[in-house]
Amino acid sequence: MKLFVSEGNPHCLKVLAALGVTGVQCDVQYVNHEERVVPFLSRPTLPALLLPSGLHLFSSNAICRYLFEVSGKDSSERCNQWLEWEATDLQPALLQALHMAVLQGKGSEVSKVLQGPLNYLDQSLSKGNTPYLTGEAVSVADVVLWAALYPILSDSSLALGECKSVKTWFDRGAAVMCSFQAAAQKVLQGKGLQGMKSYMQRQPAPQSSQCRDTQSCNSNPAEGEEGERVVSEEEMEAAAVTFSKGLNACPLATNRQHPILPQEGKRNLLVTSALPYVNNVPHLGNIIGCVLSADVFSRYGRLRGWNMLFVCGTDEYGTATENKAREEGLTPQQICDKYHAIHSSIYKWFQIDFDFFGRTTTEKQTEIAQNIFWRLHKHDFLVEDTVEQLRCESCQRFLADRFVEGTCPHCSYPEARGDQCDKCGRLINAVELREPQCKVCRQTPVIRSSKHLFLDLPKLEAQLEQWLDKSTSTGDWTANAKQITRSWLRDGLKPRCITRDLKWGTPVPHPDFKEKVFYVWFDAPIGYLSITANYTDKWEKWWKNPHQVELYNFMAKDNVPFHSVVFPCSLLGAQDNYTLVNHLVATEYLNYEDTKFSKSRGVGVFGDMAKDTGIPSDVWRFYLLYVRPEGQDSAFSWADMATKNNSELLNNLGNFINRAGMFVTKFFEGCVPAIELQQEDKKLLALVGWELQQYIQLMDKVKIRDALKHILNISRHGNQYIQVNEPWKKIKGGDTERQRAGTVTGLSVNIACLLSVMLFPYMPTVSQTIRDQLNAPQSCINAMLQGTGTFVCALSAGHRVGTVSPLFQKLEVDQIEALKKKFGGQQPEDEPPKKKKTAQTAASTQPAAVPAPLAEVAMVNGVDPEKAKQLTLAVTEQGEKVRALKAQKAEKAVITAEVTKLLDLKKQLALAEGKSPEPAPQKGKKK
Amino acid sequence: MALRELSSLEKFLGLKKPNKYSTQGDKKVPVLQNNNGPPLVGLVTIACHLVKEAKRPELLGDSAESRAVVQQWLEHRVTKLDGCTKEDIKTILKDLNLYLQDKVYLAGNQFTLADTFMYYGIHPLIVDLAIQEKEQYMNVTRWFDHIQHYPGIRHHLPPVAVLRNRIYTGRHH
Repeated sequence: MKLFVSEGNPHCLKVLAALGVTGVQCDVQYVNHEERVVPFLSRPTLPALLLPSGLHLFSSNAICRYLFEVSGKDSSERCNQWLEWEATDLQPALLQALHMAVLQGKGSEVSKVLQGPLNYLDQSLSKGNTPYLTGEAVSVADVVLWAALYPILSDSSLALGECKSVKTWFDRGAAVMCSFQAAAQKVLQGKGLQGMKSYMQRQPAPQSSQCRDTQSCNSNPAEGEEGERVVSEEEMEAAAVTFSKGLNACPLATNRQHPILPQEGKRNLLVTSALPYVNNVPHLGNIIGCVLSADVFSRYGRLRGWNMLFVCGTDEYGTATENKAREEGLTPQQICDKYHAIHSSIYKWFQIDFDFFGRTTTEKQTEIAQNIFWRLHKHDFLVEDTVEQLRCESCQRFLADRFVEGTCPHCSYPEARGDQCDKCGRLINAVELREPQCKVCRQTPVIRSSKHLFLDLPKLEAQLEQWLDKSTSTGDWTANAKQITRSWLRDGLKPRCITRDLKWGTPVPHPDFKEKVFYVWFDAPIGYLSITANYTDKWEKWWKNPHQVELYNFMAKDNVPFHSVVFPCSLLGAQDNYTLVNHLVATEYLNYEDTKFSKSRGVGVFGDMAKDTGIPSDVWRFYLLYVRPEGQDSAFSWADMATKNNSELLNNLGNFINRAGMFVTKFFEGCVPAIELQQEDKKLLALVGWELQQYIQLMDKVKIRDALKHILNISRHGNQYIQVNEPWKKIKGGDTERQRAGTVTGLSVNIACLLSVMLFPYMPTVSQTIRDQLNAPQSCINAMLQGTGTFVCALSAGHRVGTVSPLFQKLEVDQIEALKKKFGGQQPEDEPPKKKKTAQTAASTQPAAVPAPLAEVAMVNGVDPEKAKQLTLAVTEQGEKVRALKAQKAEKAVITAEVTKLLDLKKQLALAEGKSPEPAPQKGKKK
Repeated sequence: MALRELSSLEKFLGLKKPNKYSTQGDKKVPVLQNNNGPPLVGLVTIACHLVKEAKRPELLGDSAESRAVVQQWLEHRVTKLDGCTKEDIKTILKDLNLYLQDKVYLAGNQFTLADTFMYYGIHPLIVDLAIQEKEQYMNVTRWFDHIQHYPGIRHHLPPVAVLRNRIYTGRHH
């Protein structure tokens, strides 16, 4: 019998540990990672055990099991279960954790990946109440898990949360397996985690299920349940102390005063959103990718007390505008004015809170762009070259890149544009296109030569790389941004043309290039500077101040190279101490019902149409952020939007906040009752505090979609807390019970207040409505998001709440179906009678952004939302009751009786929601 | 899927009373409530438990060596076959083909639980193979066909046609 192991391979630790514990006699041979020991496996696999029969075992767990069996220790069913869990659940997470810690230097994030499995192990150990996993003695399960976790648990530099039972168990094992320590030293060559580096480098990058889950297309951030978190005594006490501090110590938020300028001693963040092109109406994908994401982050940053400036504006120069003007019989300037207004109003409707929303067709733009140009010229970063260019003789003009279409020279895609191929994504020189066509008249253009200026990117490459190394390692660049940038550098930079033969653009000031304008990709990013200059004369305090200012750029991934390579090169070459991007946040693409948004085919929802759907702006924001293409493409789906509205907003978040407020109103005459914290309440405080911390950590890293999950988790905790404590029953009991109802209500309404703050970046109107309803002091907004998060009691005993009413409305199936049809693009574009009808339906069922006065809503279709609301509550409660009875295995008759009640309630609810043809219950009867 | 495999196994073992299973987590890991103790979790764990219940220990191997081999292939099934990517499939089939070159069953000359669950797990891969590919993985195909015709195994899965008489014997000429 012979055991083959290799240095630095964590799986080998397991078999060596088993060998030590069992004392089985066996040769151990160290071989290279790459050695193929098992003859039938095509990939080198270690450890391997050569059995007396000549057969090889290649699974470390099977080897351990075998060693135990030959030494006379059979494994129990519990052992089997642990070994299976180790192989299917723990290993994928461990592999990912090791990958992060060893190769990516992200030891601090290891706990995120391992939290789930470690908590599970911890709970099992503390529940089992035995020194080892399966009883009083060391079993194969202990050895396998212990050795698997050894590299992680023995490294004190990794922050691994509180798992007391795991720690005790691990230390106990260390004492028993002392002989193993030496073997471990040998495998890891005494270098700890780093000893595994060369092994890890040869492994395929892990794709743990966990990592797949968080990224999968429409997986819901809220549904990744990880089981209940264990809360320690210390955590509970700390949370209770924080809570009791109240609002006293918190500074009042100061109002924004324009112009906002960088301040000494503050975190000064300059936030930009990619400039939308003026002659297009933005679709939902544009909105989530740029302005909405930047808005959420800016709102959050202001809550954090950072000094933020958020600027954006319309990108207005270029042939597309010229062309549109010709089409509509207007001047280019008139076209820009018109569309700038359209953009402004769309963003206003979406509540994008710009500090300044400007435009690129201004004096400042010319001034700054020409200044940068002369500086580049002076420092010799511009080169002249003659360019072959396509000219359409029938249209009498040079064709801008986007006005030529043809076959891609790289991938043969037939509809490649003159600047980039949509299929393979590569950049194209328009003259390289095969079979080019003028997009306007479909004639074949001719090639003419013309003299142009180029930005000498190769000359700036070294400087760029040096800066990129620093920026990407210290800032929060999304993975796609880093990867796209790397691939550009890997392909090598080439000089890039910055001039164009057009009229509608910033004129090139050089006398040899009169009649030419700057190419839009040189010009447009300068718009960030000129827009800021139009906001304040002291714009240079933001843009020539890299030591005080951190710059965040928000965009969709197609814009990355221009922000990470081309524009930084312009600024570096200009040598004027410009502020360069520190954090580049790029989204993937948002699809529309699994196809692409298409203006021409009428597919998808465009910015100006969203308000016609009757769905409140806040709900749009919520859903777009819920499916934000963070890390992977995602899709907008009507059915999903309705589901998320009804399940997350209405039944989870809205339900909790409304219940909390209603209890105060109904049971305590509108005054927050006194709170006497018990153990259970402290546990809730700790749980909520933890979610808040996660929210802050994620938001600080601009993980907007992931952070949303934690808001919804808090209301889930809250609902559960109310459900378990039943304040509506306790209020009818004796003094102690009434007091208990008071504490539960008081704590719940304070959580509602915290939720309003956390929601502020996502749903500003709803956030304000909650605070209005609770009559919450404005100072609570800034108080809760200090440091790592502080959940304080903002509504203390005796505080009087305002009028509480439901926050959200149900989205009905037929309403959603109608919208899906309307925006599906299948039916002919203009079908006046039908279209009109849809519009009417939409208008009549339109829920107001904030619920309108009840009487008014109640008129619609005989629906009684207030009653429906109460019944929904009753149905939920009754449902819980039935489930509880079933779980307790109550008597059948009892269950049947409760089920009958539940069915009856559901029927009533259907009636109240107007789902049945029968007349709705009388109005005005409520309360 | 896993639940259907377990119920097929129950039928194969001739267990009278079918068990009730639930699942947990995104990966739908099967769970068996156990009267005398905490629930059993995991496909392999439950399958081994059923075999013991049915008093058919030989299905888990008749020696320490074969028991280890059976466990190894059961683990292989749940860690490598389940959730494998397109690129993995080729390697999996190639390796298994080489392994089965001199074997009738996974644990040598004796039918075991490893054959059952490797068969269940590999079925979706085999269904997608073209005839030429099936010929390329000759030993896998032979083993697969053998197991699908083993009395009482196939149950919930459709039979896969395997060409028995090869007209073109190709590379062996």
